[in-house]
Amino acid sequence: MASPNTDLDLWLAQQTDKSLLRFLTCGSVDDGKSTLIGRLLYDSQLVLDDQLASLKKESHNRIVGEEGIDFSLLVDGLAAEREQGITIDVAYRFFSTDKRKFIVADTPGHEQYTRNMATGASNADLALVLVDARKGVLTQTRRHSFILSLIGVKHVVLVVNKIDLVDYDRAVFERIAAEYRAFAEPLGFKTLAAVPVSALRGDNILRPSAHTPWYDGAALVPYLEEIAVSEDRSAQSFRFTVQWVNRPDLDFRGFSGTIASGTVAVGDDVLIASSRKPARVSRIVTMDGDLTRAVAGQAVTLVLDREVDVSRGDVLSHPGETPEFSNQFQARLVWMNEEAAFPGRSYLLKIGAQTVPATITDLKYRTNVNTLERSAATKIDLNEVATVTIATDKPIAFDPYAANALTGGFILIDRLSNATLGAGAIEFGLRRAQNLTYQNFDVNREVRARMKGQAPRIVWFTGLSGSGKSSIANLLEKRLTAEGRHAYILDGDNVRHGLNKDLGFTEAARVENIRRVAEVARLMADAGLVVLVSFISPFEKERRLAREIAGDIDFTEVYVDTPLDVCEARDPKGLYKKARAGEIKNFTGIDSPFEAPSNPELVLHGAEEEPAVLADQLHGWLKF
Amino acid sequence: MTQTRLTHLQALEAESIEILREVAASFERPVMMYSIGKDSSVLLHLARKAFYPSRIPFPLLHVDTTFKFREMIAFRDRTAEEYGFDLIRHTNQDGVRDGINPFDHGSSRYTDIMKTAALRQALNAGKYDAAIGGARRDEEKSRAKERIFSHRNASHAWDPKNQRPELWRTFNTRLNPGESMRVFPISNWTELDVWTYIYSENIPIVPLYFARPRPVVERSGTLIMVDDERLPLLPGERPREEVVRFRTLGCYPLTGAIRSDAADLPSIIMEMQASRTSEREGRLIDSDSVGSMEKKKQEGYF
Ligand SMILES: Nc1nc2c(ncn2[C@@H]2O[C@H](COP(=O)(O)OP(=O)(O)OP(=O)(O)O)[C@@H](O)[C@H]2O)c(=O)[nH]1
Ligand SMILES: [Mg+2]
Repeated sequence: MASPNTDLDLWLAQQTDKSLLRFLTCGSVDDGKSTLIGRLLYDSQLVLDDQLASLKKESHNRIVGEEGIDFSLLVDGLAAEREQGITIDVAYRFFSTDKRKFIVADTPGHEQYTRNMATGASNADLALVLVDARKGVLTQTRRHSFILSLIGVKHVVLVVNKIDLVDYDRAVFERIAAEYRAFAEPLGFKTLAAVPVSALRGDNILRPSAHTPWYDGAALVPYLEEIAVSEDRSAQSFRFTVQWVNRPDLDFRGFSGTIASGTVAVGDDVLIASSRKPARVSRIVTMDGDLTRAVAGQAVTLVLDREVDVSRGDVLSHPGETPEFSNQFQARLVWMNEEAAFPGRSYLLKIGAQTVPATITDLKYRTNVNTLERSAATKIDLNEVATVTIATDKPIAFDPYAANALTGGFILIDRLSNATLGAGAIEFGLRRAQNLTYQNFDVNREVRARMKGQAPRIVWFTGLSGSGKSSIANLLEKRLTAEGRHAYILDGDNVRHGLNKDLGFTEAARVENIRRVAEVARLMADAGLVVLVSFISPFEKERRLAREIAGDIDFTEVYVDTPLDVCEARDPKGLYKKARAGEIKNFTGIDSPFEAPSNPELVLHGAEEEPAVLADQLHGWLKF
Repeated sequence: MTQTRLTHLQALEAESIEILREVAASFERPVMMYSIGKDSSVLLHLARKAFYPSRIPFPLLHVDTTFKFREMIAFRDRTAEEYGFDLIRHTNQDGVRDGINPFDHGSSRYTDIMKTAALRQALNAGKYDAAIGGARRDEEKSRAKERIFSHRNASHAWDPKNQRPELWRTFNTRLNPGESMRVFPISNWTELDVWTYIYSENIPIVPLYFARPRPVVERSGTLIMVDDERLPLLPGERPREEVVRFRTLGCYPLTGAIRSDAADLPSIIMEMQASRTSEREGRLIDSDSVGSMEKKKQEGYF
């Protein structure tokens, strides 16, 4: 401490003793979430004079309470929000009372912005679920509640708002509270209280309102001041995620990170999750001096007593209480992107400081947010919640989300746009995967390739139906065969008659179609062949997946770029005609998109040259 | 000591350190904005803690508008020398050539050229993919809406209607070519947290925060310090000595002082408790219009 100053130090000590409650508001559009937060800020004297002056000006022509203020303007800080009178993204606000400090996230009710509600919920201990007394429990009320349970918010207050508009009617309040309790029962919240309020008029916010003599519970703020929410994270198993390897010089090597849970002390034996190697903690370093012990939440630098391989993303634990380490698990997923999720598509998964490619291997079921019923599905759309199994390219360390949100929650990232697509909570690891290893045989690809005297490779043709892929591939194969090479064509139509005859033409089926073909192509190349794949393969993501599946096998993407009108004029199989007539659905180029490759190795202009010429060009370019 | 729960400030500190480490580990060319104010001082202190015993693994960038308080520049150079971090100073040379100043060109044009455009120039020149800033959510309504890892497109613009979801502390740090990230490690701190942290950690700050007699002129209710001879005096106007201090620091002609006797940290904190106005009131550029901060941020301002 700096210069001793009794008054201030006393006051600081009081501040330090105050606990922090992080909560969010959620519920359906216009139920009064932002108004409620504005009211809380105003009533706790947090709106300062200069802000109040500009607020009064802005409140002109809006719905105001006795104070002449539209309280939602205090939180709806974006121009678009003010114009439209809705909340679009989370606002984080801070206030404190004599008893407690609060961080509140005011989230949007609009279905379109559900992902922003999830953002606000992910760091909250408690949720205020608002309901408009006139409207009762709505779909969005249920959706938000379900997401709360999934994200693990354990404490809920049902705030029945706008009670002023139903004449402070007890029956209305009790009916809504009963309906909500019945719905929320299976969601397993630890505490659930219900309060009738008017955010606009200030009833039951700071103190009990004279308008609701029949309500004998606590007013909202006193309730929030008293409720016990804190989980003792230090009492849980020790988890330390390595964020950054700290290496100022050759004499010091430490691992910087935050203690996700538990405690660690100098002298403790620890285990490194990825290698299962043991080590002992020799120092806990901070700029304020070494510690003998550190607890959950602290950001420290650990030094180990021996040289072990530890890198960013590794998780340290105590032996005997290690996290799971596997490449397959079951999880619940909230989807947050306009583009749906499909099994088989490859994403990046980030959990703690680990980032790995991952695929949804199985979509078990989707949960209806309204009824909580489960149903089968082939994809997950925006704002839907599903239970899936996920496989990662490498094993990762994790815990079930219910045991530890910081080591059990993950996000999925789009590999092309880098957008955050979804958030998941791991339910459990799948043991089967831990035992699944690749067989290594003595006769390998090199041996087989040498026998054939050729370098195996995959040439992947993409382009519209009728663009000339098959003709070119066919001519190339003939030529290679004439030269004594072993080549094989995997053709879309042929494969769909056999291996993939169970698949249709929906987006989900197309993804799976390509995944299987890519795997077959890899096996064939592994057997030593030159594989020519001739598939429309309309989506950039799957072509990329195919390239990844190929791994270290040489992969050439050839885009046969023939304009749609030319393909349609050729129409060798009469398919375009049928598609135009509506007889075939989901036909690429007509009512299903073709994403032109952004970075193919080679582009062949199918409208400008004959297939034979193009095949020659290609042969030359491939340098067999 | 058998403490198992962190105090509020300890928890805030740990969160900020985690964010700073995530930046260092995830980006190729991060940079930290250093504006010399109290928030920057806190940020610098946190960065030293985050990487200790290593040096701060990225440079600090100061965008010099040429109208900063002289005491700020002196403090900056002293601090850089004491802690030995890499300091990059950038001034918009086009603006210097055209003699851009807040008096002849107006505060808004001056800020556009000497601050916002200058920042874009510096970020482009350094090819920085992440810029760490000391903004807090309690400062202003549009800041309250911003993510900790805030995505910027190739022209440094913020798209407030389309922010990435940000769950737990699992930050999506990935970028496409040309895009960048603004990162705000002290998003969840309040002004009071900053001051109490400065007090309990004994962090050096620019003396302008402390009340002292200073030469000022009063213009439509705002006290402007006459820091050098470039401030044109109005007819009949005479600088006079008053005991004033600053709640926020920037370009001296655009920063209002407050009358105050708070000459040390305890008095500042006590004064803040009683204050009925926000710190931004002293910033002339923010009060132009409602939503002006959001607009500036969309143009690449911090
Ligand atoms: N009479 C009355 N009106 C209220 C009350 N609370 C909110 N309102 C009004 O309801 C309307 C919507 O309020 P908001 O606070 O914007 O609702 P919201 O839930 O934040 O809406 P979104 O964030 O867009 O989902 C405004 O016109 C408010 O003035 C209340 O208790 N009583
Ligand atoms: Mg709202």
